[in-house]
Amino acid sequence: MKPTVGIPRALLYYEFFPLWNVFLKSLGVSTCVSPCTNKRILANGLKNSVDEACLPIKLAMGHVIELCGKVDYIFLPRIVSVAPREYICPKFLGFPDMVRNAVPNVPKLIDANIDLYHPRSKAQKNLHEIGKLFCSNPMRINRAHKTACHSLISFKKLLQKNILPEEAMEIMACKESAFKNKHCNYDSNGPTIALIGHSYNIYDQHISMDIIGRLKKLGVNVVTAETLPEETIRQGATILPKKLFWTLGQQSIGSAIHFLSDPAISGIILVSSFGCGPDALTGELIERYIHGTRPIPFLKLTLDEHTGEAGVITRLEAFLDMVYWKAG
Amino acid sequence: MKVTFPHMGYLWISLKAMLEYLGVEVQEPPPTTKKTLILGSKHAPEFACLPLKLNLGNFMEAAEMGADTILMAGGCGPCRFGYYAQVEYAILQDLGYKYQLVVVEPPEKHISEFLARIRYITGGRPWWQVINAIRFGYIKARVVDDLEKMAQWRRPREIIPGSTDQAFSAALQLIIEARHPRDVPKAQSQGTQIMNQVQVDERKPVVKIGIVGEIYTLLEPFTNLDVERHLGRMGAEVNRSICLSEWINDHLFMGLIKGTRSSKEARRAAPPYLNHFVGGHGQESIGSTVLYAKQGFDGVIQLLPFTCMPEIVAQSILPGVSADLDIPVLTLVVDEQSGEAGTITRLEAFIDLLNRKYQQKEVLA
Ligand code: SF4
Repeated sequence: MKPTVGIPRALLYYEFFPLWNVFLKSLGVSTCVSPCTNKRILANGLKNSVDEACLPIKLAMGHVIELCGKVDYIFLPRIVSVAPREYICPKFLGFPDMVRNAVPNVPKLIDANIDLYHPRSKAQKNLHEIGKLFCSNPMRINRAHKTACHSLISFKKLLQKNILPEEAMEIMACKESAFKNKHCNYDSNGPTIALIGHSYNIYDQHISMDIIGRLKKLGVNVVTAETLPEETIRQGATILPKKLFWTLGQQSIGSAIHFLSDPAISGIILVSSFGCGPDALTGELIERYIHGTRPIPFLKLTLDEHTGEAGVITRLEAFLDMVYWKAG
Repeated sequence: MKVTFPHMGYLWISLKAMLEYLGVEVQEPPPTTKKTLILGSKHAPEFACLPLKLNLGNFMEAAEMGADTILMAGGCGPCRFGYYAQVEYAILQDLGYKYQLVVVEPPEKHISEFLARIRYITGGRPWWQVINAIRFGYIKARVVDDLEKMAQWRRPREIIPGSTDQAFSAALQLIIEARHPRDVPKAQSQGTQIMNQVQVDERKPVVKIGIVGEIYTLLEPFTNLDVERHLGRMGAEVNRSICLSEWINDHLFMGLIKGTRSSKEARRAAPPYLNHFVGGHGQESIGSTVLYAKQGFDGVIQLLPFTCMPEIVAQSILPGVSADLDIPVLTLVVDEQSGEAGTITRLEAFIDLLNRKYQQKEVLA
């Protein structure tokens, strides 16, 4: 029987799922993704994490728990680094160990390192480690890796067309037809707002209280860092006095700086989660930079498990009033 | 040029010695107090960790005393410390402070990078002088560490309450006053003598507690609400997993000085609980706890500033270590709201627990 590998719908899922999924499937494994975040998942995550952990880590814990008992393995690579001389976040480095400690009887974890810190490390080698679990033929693993990379590239292309990750995945799964129906949702005549924040915050509908959907319903165009090419983001981040060693922080700062220089953008919303370490510093730098350059309507939202929906809506509305007022 | 730097326990003694030896004018910040904290937290990002807020307060207070150049360590992540200097500097600039910033990044490959940076600050002094200055700073750190260890042993056993701390400050003063490397040995032996005069009851039963956690919180008594002293007075002998000189050796000298305790050992003891470094001292916190358990310590206290990422990883894993190795662990998270009274209550409860376990052991033995 085919082994089943569970993939939590959390953390870097919104950036790498197509790669992981295609890679595993090409090796003859079936995959199973945890459902969209709901109250139970969140509650389980909160219950099994230390209070001090940030919301995304608690939530990821909930998604792992959700997969327990349903799968043979849980895909939880230790994501140390996805770019030379950069890290994700210390908590990503320790997450598999945190899970092992918090979840009794957790299925076998696929926790091989993904570590591209050293400029000479190769992603292929990292994935090979994982492939070996399911396949003894290195040629086949190589092929799986190639197909997976292609799939990631197509995915990124869809994101750059301003399609949301979950929709992009759907499109990739059922091809063109869905694409046509979805595409016409975009480009309203309303103002364009840049939404900046980690993908696991802004694309998780439950956690973000569906900010993107809400804004769209109000006739606003939303752009995110994912709609920009990587070079644009990296270019933006070069204004910093010292290279930032967090990939996600670079994404936030680089995209904020780019959007700030784009006259088509009428406002910026910065989303971070309660207790996020890197955001405490990058958010500060972004805010100071915005104040020092272009006075644009700016809203900073901090998500936590107690954030009330009403409060967020009020603040969004006030922010949009500002945007419309400035636009005249 | 008047150079200042952030406080971290007794680090200032070493830095001041080193810089003054090189003819650099130094203005260390006034001792960290509530006022420092209030100043710092007012202008720092809310979710930054406590050390950043206190650094900022230190710099603001030092500026009032005429400091105009900041000497600060850097880093390459993943913990936030590596980006402190830049954020602090941005804040100070916006507040209108006219500071010059010099960041000493830790050497990536070789100690010569570190030497080159120190030499840069001092305007190209000859190499031998730079090396001597660094050695001077390091020796002072070693001596201070030794005196602290004596204090940690004496505090729970002292016959006259408070006599250890009195002796310790007197001894420390001698070290601070040593102007030249050749004066240090004499200061040390005098200091040791002072410490040895503290009367102790050697047979008094004491519980042994290891302290692990984030380095700044560990080394800075203001931040950790003086845990070590409180524990000592409650009858606990304390061992701190990281000392200043070890940290200097590990991080700035790249372990060049052999024969001292090194963080490598602690990291090696961390698997299978924590199998990878997580930045800061997260892996060391786990490893040191394992080592303390094996050495027969009665308990471990983990100290971390609120939102410290590597230590949150360690905190999440410590309950498993504690259960496996049967060693009680207490985690103390400090932030600007932490009060001394609440902390003392928790420490007392913890020591009660350890004492009960200790007595049980005695009965069984
Ligand atoms: S980057 Fe921030 S939100 Fe993400 S895991 Fe780290 S601390 Fe949490």
